[in-house]
Amino acid sequence: MPATSPTPSPAPGAGITFDRVTRRFGPTIAVDSVSLTIDRGSFVALVGASGSGKSTLLKTINRLVDPSEGRVMIDGVDVTDGPAPALRRRIGYVFQGIGLFPHMTVAQNIAIGTRIAGGSVDIGAALDQVDLPRDVADRLPDQLSGGQRQRVGIARALAPGAKILLLDEAFGALDPVTRDALGTEIRRLHDRLGLTTLLVTHDMAEALLLADRVLVMSRGRIVADAAPADLARGGGGDEAQALVSVPRAQADRLRALAQ
Amino acid sequence: MNAFVAAFDRVPPLLAQHVLLAGSALLIGIAISLPLAVWSSRHAGVARIALGFASLVQTIPSLALLALFYPLLLWLSGVVGGGIPALGFLPSLIALTLYALLPILRNGVAGLQGIDASVRQAADAVGMTAAQKLRLVEAPLVAPVLIAGIRTAAVWTIGAATLSTTVGQPSLGDLIFAGLQTQNWALVLAGCIAAAALALTVDLLIGLIERGLRTRRRGLWVTGAALLLAGLAAATAPLWVRGSDKPTIVVGAKNFAEQYILARVIGHRLERAGYRVDYRDGLGSAVIFGAVAGGDIDVYVDYAGTIWTNEMKRDDIPPPAHMVAAIGDWAGRTRGVGLVGALGFENAYAFAMKADAARRLGIASLDDLVPAAPRLALGSDLEFLERPEWAAVRRAYPLRFASATPFSPTFMYRALDSGKVDVISAFSSDGRIAADHLTVLTDPRRAIPSYDAILLVAPRRRTDARFLAAIKPLVGRVGVDAMRTANYQVDRDADKRTPDQAATWLATAIGLR
Repeated sequence: MPATSPTPSPAPGAGITFDRVTRRFGPTIAVDSVSLTIDRGSFVALVGASGSGKSTLLKTINRLVDPSEGRVMIDGVDVTDGPAPALRRRIGYVFQGIGLFPHMTVAQNIAIGTRIAGGSVDIGAALDQVDLPRDVADRLPDQLSGGQRQRVGIARALAPGAKILLLDEAFGALDPVTRDALGTEIRRLHDRLGLTTLLVTHDMAEALLLADRVLVMSRGRIVADAAPADLARGGGGDEAQALVSVPRAQADRLRALAQ
Repeated sequence: MNAFVAAFDRVPPLLAQHVLLAGSALLIGIAISLPLAVWSSRHAGVARIALGFASLVQTIPSLALLALFYPLLLWLSGVVGGGIPALGFLPSLIALTLYALLPILRNGVAGLQGIDASVRQAADAVGMTAAQKLRLVEAPLVAPVLIAGIRTAAVWTIGAATLSTTVGQPSLGDLIFAGLQTQNWALVLAGCIAAAALALTVDLLIGLIERGLRTRRRGLWVTGAALLLAGLAAATAPLWVRGSDKPTIVVGAKNFAEQYILARVIGHRLERAGYRVDYRDGLGSAVIFGAVAGGDIDVYVDYAGTIWTNEMKRDDIPPPAHMVAAIGDWAGRTRGVGLVGALGFENAYAFAMKADAARRLGIASLDDLVPAAPRLALGSDLEFLERPEWAAVRRAYPLRFASATPFSPTFMYRALDSGKVDVISAFSSDGRIAADHLTVLTDPRRAIPSYDAILLVAPRRRTDARFLAAIKPLVGRVGVDAMRTANYQVDRDADKRTPDQAATWLATAIGLR
């Protein structure tokens, strides 16, 4: 398991900064004036119930959602400086729906980000990276299993050389075994490639086991911000502990069963 | 069998026109629908308006849609000071293009809206611009659905193009309409078979393209597209190889045998005078006068009473000679149309009954018909019941029939013969009156105006001496007996002649050969 604090003192402004970011949908406030800094190289989990605003906040980074107020900066540069497509090519985005292009082969899907930017990709290496056999390269997405498809999704997100990886309930639709394996692999990739990773999930156990830092969101606000070890020890406040108590109680019941 | 060979002989040039028209309408339809479909898929409001409009167009019967563009273009041409052809290719093209919109638009919008939301989000997330998303993701995913829409539109357009005959655009419909009017079933079959074969072939080839795109087999759709293009080139070949520097005259005709015959009599004379002649057969009564005024046709034969009531909106009935003079004056003054003269026979509406029935019921005049009418069924041609003449007749004679049914002229005589109707609105120059032993009822109150056949020419031909010299000998020469006989040669069931043969016979009979 990772160390609790991988980067002792990052350069000022390095990483992702939210500055009083608010997003409204009509009368509903999805994100309510969030200010926050994600250090470069960290693996941060954003946990909360459905509708807590975590996914909306994540999407303000690659501008799939534009804030109603406030701004988002990457390494001190406002994300709205320059066109959105150029920004998105530098940020890997993996989500529950996966969204592989059904008319393209696995290889074409992986290469698409670089292709539209005018470059090329080593498909073999990209497949190795996500632990897929090389012979899937010529298959179409509907010939793959759910887990394989999400691996292709991850390979596609990382292929253009992205240094920021956004995971939006990325493992949500997978079976528990595949989910656990993919989580572990993502953490390994994060460490090896020196990524800055944001994981949005409603599963506190997943967040505790993968991330360096866990943020809990509720009604558009960050209500807890703690290291996994702190949370495991009962820190982080009531709302965080309400979420931590679920896997803890499950673990206790399993232990009781075994005795 | 010879009739079939002769009928199919006429197919290639008409097929070429048909393909050119339907193909152009389809291409323009695609060019309009595609951006509209993309726009509609992005904005629900645009989709509502565009699809609503296209659906509305579909509810208009195609025949009416074609006819609608005639007055519209005429008016537009007037507004911009002339130069817009109101007859022929342009109105047909516009109407068919509008007809092609709905299936392409609907499939395009449905296809675009049917693309998985996560695929769209992925396209954004990997950094595609809107144009890249359209080209790399939306277009390939929507293509099979879109092609299916184009396929439907192609079949519709090919079918509806047969109706463009009625606004003066040559098409395979020429064979069908002319065949129906003259009961030349070989002609009808040739037109139907050619149109159906064209539609089926196009359907098959576009189907091939669709299947190729759906199953991502490049060879299949490339083959389909190549065959389609080759077929298009082959079918339209007659259009590109002809060519002549003789001036071309367009002779117009309405949709019955007498008109076809007279058009050929005129045409033959003009050909002998060194002109190249095209025929626009099957034009509607309401369209044809405007066509000669606008110069879309050069010459045709109309009937005094028709111009009097329909164009001049008069309901008084002067003596025939006065009427023709007044028409000549009015046509020249208000529309620039030249009246060359009256041909010498009349083709009036005439109420006719079977001779034995008329005798049994003691009916000889319209006055006698009034008390008997409630027990009798009236059969009319397609327009009579809507025409001012019928209103005038009813003002003079309070006729109330048990029923009134419109037929195409041929079937009207059949209906009388079979006893389905008892009285018909016949035409006085029709050969079938004598042949079927019909009694023509007299008009003692003179409610029906005179229908002297008159020769009308377009404004630019009024002073064309060579042109007028070629057709002027017809004035006063065509007697009603000769005309009836010629009409009957075409209309009868056995030993039928073509309008062309009857025209040659007529010219000889009246000593103008």
